[in-house]
Amino acid sequence: MLSYILRRLGLSAAITVLAVALLFLIIHMIPGDPVSTILGPKASPELRAALEARMGLDRPLPVQIGLFFMNMLRGDLGLDVFSNRPVTQIVLGQVPYTLVLILVSILWSAVLGIALGCYSAVNRNSLGDRLTGVLSVSVIAVPAFVVSLYSLLIFAVKLQWFPAIGAGAPADWGDQLHHLVLPSLAIGLSWVGYIARLVRASMLEVMGEGHIRTARAFGLPERQITYGYALRLAILPTVTVIGVGMGFLLSAAVFTEIVFSRPGLGKLVIDSITTRNYPVVMGSVLVSTLIFVASTTLADIVNAILDPRIRAGK
Amino acid sequence: MTDITLPKPRSELGEIFHHLIRDPLGLAGLIIVTLIVASALFAPWIAPYDPIALNIPDRLQSPNPAHLMGSDQLGRDTFSRVIWGGRVALQVALPTIAGAIAVGLILGMIAGYGPKWLDSLIVLFFDTVRSFPTVMFALAVVALVGPSLNTVILVIMVTSIPTYGRVVRTLTQSLKEAEFITAEKSLGASTARIMGIHIVPNVLGPLAVLAAMDIPTVVGLEAGLSFLGMGVKPPTPSWGSLLNDGYNLIRNTPWLIVAGGIPLILTTLGFTFLGEALRDVVDPKLRGKGGK
Repeated sequence: MLSYILRRLGLSAAITVLAVALLFLIIHMIPGDPVSTILGPKASPELRAALEARMGLDRPLPVQIGLFFMNMLRGDLGLDVFSNRPVTQIVLGQVPYTLVLILVSILWSAVLGIALGCYSAVNRNSLGDRLTGVLSVSVIAVPAFVVSLYSLLIFAVKLQWFPAIGAGAPADWGDQLHHLVLPSLAIGLSWVGYIARLVRASMLEVMGEGHIRTARAFGLPERQITYGYALRLAILPTVTVIGVGMGFLLSAAVFTEIVFSRPGLGKLVIDSITTRNYPVVMGSVLVSTLIFVASTTLADIVNAILDPRIRAGK
Repeated sequence: MTDITLPKPRSELGEIFHHLIRDPLGLAGLIIVTLIVASALFAPWIAPYDPIALNIPDRLQSPNPAHLMGSDQLGRDTFSRVIWGGRVALQVALPTIAGAIAVGLILGMIAGYGPKWLDSLIVLFFDTVRSFPTVMFALAVVALVGPSLNTVILVIMVTSIPTYGRVVRTLTQSLKEAEFITAEKSLGASTARIMGIHIVPNVLGPLAVLAAMDIPTVVGLEAGLSFLGMGVKPPTPSWGSLLNDGYNLIRNTPWLIVAGGIPLILTTLGFTFLGEALRDVVDPKLRGKGGK
């Protein structure tokens, strides 16, 4: 078990290093550079040189990458161009908003999705199962920002049931929750259908396996077999999918934050792009990449704990 | 002696088509996709107005016989912009997916067929690229080079490569062990022949399914980035920029958002239904494993 976790962590570390280096290289290769992005095309050569020196862009590429890693390990992602505050501080200040949004979204959709999937598998081919099936397929791929816009239009602008802007008063939990309803609906909706299908399929697969038949042969109550044995295995793919889906969740959060003017990583990136605050853009992208790698790693480890077959190396 | 007429055997494509239209969801998907593609192709003939022609006196109209989906803040006909927007969506989706399939196919086959160390290296590359959250990555690139459709295409293509590459790798690995490949090898067939004649045709089916399911994601991403002002430049009509106009005018008129969202939802439904049905035909074993 421990060796599996260590191996998995090692792989994640390698992926992180590669991802950061690759990101750095891609940014370096594409036309357009941070200095003209920040200063605009009309900057004087002296000003450009000064900023290049300050950002370390005048050194050779390998040195730049090396320095970048060193600084990153110390938690230093550079300085905000305007306020001179550390980028790390600015980005980390926004992370909780995005994480809360993502977690609330995935929580309600996982609960509902697992319940629906379980119901569908137990009542296979019933009307309810078929209805769930068609609805799931229909909502799976509808982009989150379209759901955001429609729910903003219907529930915030027309019906005025929910607020349209912001994340709510900082100390008021009820108000914050009220502000979370529409954004988390928008992000979670497609996941309900997806998780329901996934749980249904893996539930049906598990129900056909030997140990379930053995449990039946022993005369265990059907309820215990379904919820005690089958469901426990059937939700494993959901754990993986949520971990791997973190990228989609982060992307969806970007749009949702913009539509509902919520603070968060997405809003920070867009605002920084419009003000040409390049270091903040890079910092946010890096932090979201780290969040993504961490979540896939966590999903794999949780999976290994839940499923003895993975631990044993397949 | 009477001639016995056997029914003419259908070609493989004919067989797939036959199965598709017998599945209600597949048929619905096929119809929706055909309509979307046709309206994009024939946009100049279908759209009643020039999508970028200003007509200020007719601004912000609700749907009416002259403007089926109303008009925007500059009096441009929304229906015409929706129809032309389909072109942008397909212009982005097709090259993106074609490119990702091409690179994914090559890398996946090398990983699946080549030596172990190369396999590990390519898989590591896939995992690395997959760890970029697409939208964040796209925004970082756009921040440097400025908004453009080509940037959008390139970024989504690069981040989609692992999706296809991984599937090709797995399929190649299992095909490599198949008896007919072993037979070919013992007859002295070259690696190129085995790849070109046996592996490629066998992985194309699952790739087509994946591509059909991936199109809505790509179209959604393009619309999303254009919504954020990071994709197409005005005045080019895109479903995303329509939604952006609608968002800015949400308290003046609901029609722009409604009109911009419907084609996106339809595209999503059409290609997802089609992909699902196609998958059931191509590989029934994969049932219930699509999505995300």
